[in-house]
Amino acid sequence: MQFGIFSIGDVTADPATGRTRSEHERLKSMVAAAVKAEEVGFDVFATGEHHNPPFVSSSPTTLLSHVAARTDRIILSTSTTLITTNDPVKVAEDYAVLQHLADGRVDLMMGRGNTGPVYPWFGKDVRQGIPLAIENYALLHQLWRDDVVDWEGRFRTPLQGFTSTPRPLDGVPPFVWHGSVRSPEIAEQAAYYGDGFFVNNLFGPMSHFTKLINLYRERYAHYGHGTPEQAIVGAGGHVFVRRNSQDAVREYRPYFAASPVYGGGPSIEQYMAQTSLTVGSPQEIIDKTLSFRDHFGDYQRQLFNIDMAGLPLKTVLEQLDLLGEEVLPALRKEFDAVRPSSVAEAPTHASLLARRGAQPDTQSEEAGK
Amino acid sequence: MSANALEPLHLTVVSAGLSVPSSTRLLADRLTESVREQLADAGREVEVQVVELRDLAADIANNLVTGFPSPTLAKAIDAVTSADGLIAVTPVFTASYSGLFKSFFDVIDNDALTAKAVLAAATGGTARHSLALEHALRPLFAYLRAIVVPTAVYAASEDWGGNGDPLTDTLPRRIARAGGELAELMRGRTGSAARPADEAAVVPFAQQLDSLRPA
Repeated sequence: MQFGIFSIGDVTADPATGRTRSEHERLKSMVAAAVKAEEVGFDVFATGEHHNPPFVSSSPTTLLSHVAARTDRIILSTSTTLITTNDPVKVAEDYAVLQHLADGRVDLMMGRGNTGPVYPWFGKDVRQGIPLAIENYALLHQLWRDDVVDWEGRFRTPLQGFTSTPRPLDGVPPFVWHGSVRSPEIAEQAAYYGDGFFVNNLFGPMSHFTKLINLYRERYAHYGHGTPEQAIVGAGGHVFVRRNSQDAVREYRPYFAASPVYGGGPSIEQYMAQTSLTVGSPQEIIDKTLSFRDHFGDYQRQLFNIDMAGLPLKTVLEQLDLLGEEVLPALRKEFDAVRPSSVAEAPTHASLLARRGAQPDTQSEEAGK
Repeated sequence: MSANALEPLHLTVVSAGLSVPSSTRLLADRLTESVREQLADAGREVEVQVVELRDLAADIANNLVTGFPSPTLAKAIDAVTSADGLIAVTPVFTASYSGLFKSFFDVIDNDALTAKAVLAAATGGTARHSLALEHALRPLFAYLRAIVVPTAVYAASEDWGGNGDPLTDTLPRRIARAGGELAELMRGRTGSAARPADEAAVVPFAQQLDSLRPA
C-alpha cells in the first residue's frame, strides 16, 4: 500500500500568529514538505492545481520537476490535474517530460476542478465539465499510446499526423487516477479504462464516497479488468497529529476555525465523527485510517492532507516526523496483514513495465550497440 | 385493488414556526387533521410525521456550510422526500417565507420533490401578507416540480378569532378545502411511498464517448 501527502497549495494566514506567508515562501514550503515526506518514508507527493488566489499551485509540473531533482524515491503525482480546462496535448507533453526527468516516478490524477470561473478564464463552458473530462482524457490516452494521432473532437482543434513528444518513458504511459467527489460518470470513466479511482474523502461523510467507489469497483469488473476487489482505489484524509490528543486538538482548533472549508460550521468533534478528519494522537490516526478500509474495501493508496489552513512549515515537518515514525509503520503492517494476495499494489512505472514485458529504453539502446 | 391491500399513506408536515406555542404549528395541525379526516372518509389510513424546523436550525445552518446533513437532519429530509404528501407551513417574515424555511428546502436535492403533492400554508400578523403564498411558496415548489394544491392557506392573527362576518370568517372553510385537495391527490397512491432512486443510473462509457463524436 502506498502512503503519501497531498497539498492544495493555499496561502492562508496563520491564525496563531496572524502572519501570512509570501507565495515564494509557500512554494518553498511545499518543496520542503515533499523532500521531508520522502525522508520519513512516504511513497507519494501530490500537488493540486489552482488558477486563482490564494493558491500557488498553478504549474504542477514545474513544482514536481523541482521536487524530482531533490528526491530519489518518492512518486510525484497530482491532486488533481484539470483535464477539463488544460489542453490535453500540453498535459501529454508536460507529464511525459516530467516522467523522463523523474525516471518514471510519476503518475497523475485527473479532476474537473472545483472553481467555476476557471472554465471561462480558459475559454471553456462550465456546463460542459463532464463532456470535457471525457473527450480530453480520451485524447490524452491516445496521445500517450499511438505514435501518430489523427483526431477530431468537439472541444479542440483537430490533429492530423500529430506526434506528442517526448514519447512516454520506455513506452509506458504514466498511470492515471481519476478523482471525483460526486460524479458517477467519472467512476464509470475510470472503470472503463482500468485506471485508478480516487476519492478525496475530505469534508464529507465517508458513506458518500463509498457509493462512488462501489460503482467504480462494479464497473471495473464489468469491463473485464479484474474482480471488483482488485480495482485500484485511492482515498484521501485530513490529519493533525501530536503525541497526545489533547495537545493536538488544542493546537489545531484555531486552524480549524479559521479554515475556509471547516470554519463556521460543525465543531471539530462533529467533523471527526462524520468525516475523515482526525486530530489526535498517533494511535488515533492509526485507528481512524484503518477504519477507512471498512468503507472503501482493500485499497492501494492513502494520501493525507497535512498543510491546509496556514499551518507553519515547522509544524508541518513535525507532523511528517511523527507520521513517519509512529503512524506509517503501524498502518503498513496492519493493512498488509488483512489484504488478500489477490489484491495488487497500485501500479508503478516498474510494475507496468514488467507487466508489459517491455524493455527499458536504456537497455534497448545498449542492446543495439 | 381491494382497500385492505393498501398500506397507510405517509404525510409529512414541515412547520417553520419559531415560538412555542406557535400559530404556524397550530395551522399545520389543523391542516393535518383535515387531511386525515378526508382520507379516512375515503377509507385510507394516514401516518403523520411532523418536522419542526426550529429543532433542526443548527443542523440546517451546518448543512449549508458543509454540504452534507447531520444524521438527524438526514432523517427529516428523508421523511419529506419519501412522503406521499407534504404540508409545508411557514411564518411570513419580511414579505416572504422565513429564512429557516427556505434554507431547509435549499439543502434538499433539487429533484427530490418532483411530483410531490404539497399543501402550502403560511401565518402572519396581518392578512396584508397573504399573497406571499402565491409570490414565494408557490414558485419555490413549482421550481422543485412539486404539485401544489390550488388552495394555499394563510392564517392572520385575526383569523384565529372572528367577528361574525361570514365574508371574512373563512379559515375553517379554507382549511377544509385545502385538506380535501391534498387528500384527493394522495388517495390514489398505494402508500408504498415513492423513494427517490438512491443510486444515479450510470450511462455506459461508450455511450458517453459516442455522444461527443463530431456528426
